Amino acid sequence: MKRILIIGATSSIAEYCARIWTARGNALHLVARNEQHVQTIAADLTVRGASKVTTYCTDLNDMDKHEEMLDIADDALGSVDIVLIAHGTLSNQKSCEISVHETLAEIQTNALSTISLLTLLATRFEAKKSGTICVISSVAGDRGRASNYVYGSAKAMVTAFTSGLRQRLYKSNVSVVTIKPGFVDTPMTSEFKKGILWAKPSVVAALIVKAIDKKKAEVYAPFFWRITIALIKLTPSKIFKSLEV
Amino acid sequence: MTNLTKIYGWGRYPQQDAYLHAPPSSTSLEFTAKQQDSVLARGMGRSYGDSANALNVLQTTYINHFIEFDKATGKLTAEAGITLREILEVIVPSGWFLPVTPGTSYVTLGGAIASDVHGKNHHIAGTFGQHVKSLSMLLGNGEVVTTSPQHHADLFHATCGGMGLTGIIVNATIQLLPIRSSLISQKTIKADCIEAACEAFERNIDATYSVAWIDCLSKGKSLGRSVIMLGEHAEQGGLNIDIRQKVSVPFSAPSALLNTLTMKAFNTAYWHKSKHNVSQTVALMPYFYPLDAIGEWNRLYGKKGFVQFQCVLPKIDGVANMRKLLTEISNSGEGSFLAVLKQFGTANENLLSFPTEGYTLALDFKATETAIKTVKKLEDMVVEMGGRLYLTKDAVMQESTFKATYPNWEKFEAVREQYGAIGKFTSTQSERLGLA
Repeated sequence: MKRILIIGATSSIAEYCARIWTARGNALHLVARNEQHVQTIAADLTVRGASKVTTYCTDLNDMDKHEEMLDIADDALGSVDIVLIAHGTLSNQKSCEISVHETLAEIQTNALSTISLLTLLATRFEAKKSGTICVISSVAGDRGRASNYVYGSAKAMVTAFTSGLRQRLYKSNVSVVTIKPGFVDTPMTSEFKKGILWAKPSVVAALIVKAIDKKKAEVYAPFFWRITIALIKLTPSKIFKSLEV
Repeated sequence: MTNLTKIYGWGRYPQQDAYLHAPPSSTSLEFTAKQQDSVLARGMGRSYGDSANALNVLQTTYINHFIEFDKATGKLTAEAGITLREILEVIVPSGWFLPVTPGTSYVTLGGAIASDVHGKNHHIAGTFGQHVKSLSMLLGNGEVVTTSPQHHADLFHATCGGMGLTGIIVNATIQLLPIRSSLISQKTIKADCIEAACEAFERNIDATYSVAWIDCLSKGKSLGRSVIMLGEHAEQGGLNIDIRQKVSVPFSAPSALLNTLTMKAFNTAYWHKSKHNVSQTVALMPYFYPLDAIGEWNRLYGKKGFVQFQCVLPKIDGVANMRKLLTEISNSGEGSFLAVLKQFGTANENLLSFPTEGYTLALDFKATETAIKTVKKLEDMVVEMGGRLYLTKDAVMQESTFKATYPNWEKFEAVREQYGAIGKFTSTQSERLGLA
């Protein structure tokens, strides 16, 4: 039995990961902001057969509370074997463009709060010399695009940070897994027009669980994004600046 | 920000543009519903025609949580967007089964209630709605109420079978059926014409499950030849369930693939392959949901899709009338290989519930102009015979047919009026059928 901490547990992708882990009989501690929503998920996981589910509510933008939240998770689970960091918001690019406040708030939620958590978790896992830290970044972080570069740049920071952290913790037998989903059909994106590039959250969740099992470093979910993004990155900036992608 | 998306039912006919909203939780479901002028809840989109189509669609995809499951009493409470497949995965290992199940497990709990679905045990267990203890729903005024056969009974009986037109089902409590084994003892009987098939149903009225595959292309003496499958829950064999999907149809088949010739060949092969009076034990999933093993089988009908025709004919003169219908179908040469015949038990109190005592026939037609003409002709015949069509399968029924064959439609409208559903919860189908 693994003891798993899920931060941002009401995210659809995180919830489907929890369902897979539940079926395997793992113990889960769910951290989220919305009390009612996380209780609904906990009750659901219990009926689906979870051996143990505990919950904790906090606003992750309140970074002073991170240490306390992690202490409570340790108490609830005994010790943490796997952490999945899945919280985030999909920035409204257009309103960010006219508001410094909103832009910085998005970067706070999608990058800084994650960096804060990772910094604290790294020390804890380094001391234990085992465990897995998995973070959901995004393909949007691989190259900034006009349509969502605020969100993208926050995710770029997360990707770069986890890349460095992976090297640092390698010596301590701790794996850091960076997940880069492409378009995922979740409530966060429910109002977008969907095409063949869109994946279901259950599919992405299965890929995440597998990546954690195999202690992968960086995983595009689904795989075809690795190729798509490679091509996007190869495009010279001179041409890229005039594209509408 | 919101975009129009093409939506359609399982038959992929008709198609229309819609604004899709997929609230992340049941609390935001209420919020989202309040924002829309007129809205319709939609689950897996498995009703065949346009009954889950609307301009503003509220997808219950993420309203899919279990709330409580009492393994001792078999009482299960879950949110409306959960699928029967997910429910089976949880309940079967604990020795419980759905009291009534349709032929696919890819439907939601809310959809099963809204369609008041029936199964192979209708003659014994009635419809799905008859096993709903209570349900909680969002009304047109934004209020959430709990209804049951005892509380707001008028709303309850309008909602079970009400096609989503009375409000949005948020969650429901159902009473499950105890089982000792996940196996089914199946017995196959061959009947070489429609009369023999109906006789076989009558003779086996005590069988828990009974359904027949019927050859709608055979003519003359063998018109309506059928393979009747009876089933009982076995006593032994363990409680196991495998819900993994085996294969999927990857893309729409060329529409010429299914033609009279290939379907005739299939039907003849199926008839000769089946053996009379043979008993065997089969697992739950292949017994109840044979087509679920092939993902997206609706693509076999090609890009233009198909319409399904399902009628029920009253028992009086039922056999003779069924012969008339089958003659019409077999002469048209358009019917498909997926035809089903079943004997229904008595009707229930739900205002728009489909089953009434008699015989039901269901079959697909490729959505071509001539086939739709045939379906409309069959519709007229059914009205004449005092039968009616299943709203969940329908894509083409006329308003006059609906109003003549669902005499409770005025009571249904009165309940909608009373609970603020008029103009608030509508579908493309309800507009076609003249509901407000």
